[in-house]
Amino acid sequence: MENVIAYSPFLMKGVTVTIALSVCSILLAVALGLLGAAGKLSERLWVQRIAGIYITIVRGIPDLVVMLLLYFGGQVLLNQIGALTGLWTYFELNQFVAGVIAIGFIFGAYMSETFRGAYMSIPVGMIEAGVSVGMTRITLFRRVIWPQLVRYALPGFTNNWLTLMKTTALVSVIGLEDIVYNGFAAGRATREPFTFMLIALFVYLVLTILSDTGLRALERRYTRGVQRGV
Amino acid sequence: MENLLNAVQTFSAENSPLDFYLVLENWRLFWKGLQNTLLLLVLSLVAGGLLAIPLAIIRATRVPVLNPIAFGFIYFVRGTPLLVQLYVIYYGLSQFEAIRDSAAWVILRDPWWCALISFSIGTAAYTAEIFRGAISDTPRGEVEATIAAGMSRVLAYRRIILPSAFRRALPAYGNEVIFNLHTTVIASTVTVIDVLGAARTFNNKYYLAYEGFITAALIFIAIVFVITRVFNLMERRMLRHLKRA
Repeated sequence: MENVIAYSPFLMKGVTVTIALSVCSILLAVALGLLGAAGKLSERLWVQRIAGIYITIVRGIPDLVVMLLLYFGGQVLLNQIGALTGLWTYFELNQFVAGVIAIGFIFGAYMSETFRGAYMSIPVGMIEAGVSVGMTRITLFRRVIWPQLVRYALPGFTNNWLTLMKTTALVSVIGLEDIVYNGFAAGRATREPFTFMLIALFVYLVLTILSDTGLRALERRYTRGVQRGV
Repeated sequence: MENLLNAVQTFSAENSPLDFYLVLENWRLFWKGLQNTLLLLVLSLVAGGLLAIPLAIIRATRVPVLNPIAFGFIYFVRGTPLLVQLYVIYYGLSQFEAIRDSAAWVILRDPWWCALISFSIGTAAYTAEIFRGAISDTPRGEVEATIAAGMSRVLAYRRIILPSAFRRALPAYGNEVIFNLHTTVIASTVTVIDVLGAARTFNNKYYLAYEGFITAALIFIAIVFVITRVFNLMERRMLRHLKRA
């Protein structure tokens, strides 16, 4: 127990990294998800194809493989580009950045499916009504599409976010000092691996419970205007 | 002939973006990885599935006392990363002398078995939720028919409710199988040579950055393709009665 208290600042640092990584990754994932959904809904066939390939590839390859590929392969690729163009000599990919890119890239694919489904749930009549009262595309998006997109996408978003947080644990494998990495180090140093890994487990459980309740409350807020059938 | 082989080898090493010759030369390593991945996948699906059925029935029929326990177990497993669960079992349990001295230590000190145990627990929790939904969705008429026919509860579950629920759960279960395949790569973090473990060994051996990972990615895409095909065929056979005319 004294060990846990002694190591608590060290563990807290790990928790901060985990949360920061999750938040940055979800932002990238949402951006890529909107792009992917727009691509899949696009009328241009080649744009549809690219978005389709992106989603299929990501869903076919395990997260950890994508992450290792991006971290080790991306590093070499960047340096090769640097050597070819002569723009930079040596570039070291930071683990945090690599983690954000990998997780954002993976969950962007899941997000695009969520957003695509949500967009298709918006009744066409509403969009037509907006156009007929002379709304510009921006006003239409802000007043009609976005509020409904959020409502329909929230349940899927909640699921993606909960999975994403758990996926961030994998960055400890490439050496980012998140809660798993620090918990593991503390467990090894004190010869109490069970205690510290269990703490890491409970950190994730608490984060899950907090997000779960928070996002469900948000869902209720966005569905205020909807009458339930039952 | 030898010249041709040499030419292919040189092309592969120097011009091709992926040194496929080197990968093929090490096919035994990847074959071993594939065997471990598939073995872990199939065994964890069997063990997890067997554990999931009672859990799903407990949740769907709200068995007193057991239902909150099952709910807690499922929420806990689904709310925490599998990587950490595996670390708790593999690295964590050695903290206790009682476990190190027990007969179970033969299994618990082996990373392969620890991986299998944690994957089974993981897939049990996810599958239980899928089965629970499918059991709850059983049409009322089917249940009434079992009562009308004078079936006992056990018989009704064995003959009517579970088979009907499994069929409805098939599409969601197919996704879970792919998801479980993806999680098996975590075994490579505790030194098991699965497909990713083979890729990492390969990369370290030849000091390469991405060759092994790309090979692993291609193998996984192939496995996912096969799984998708198998489930499509199964759905077509078993869900024929639900097909629209």
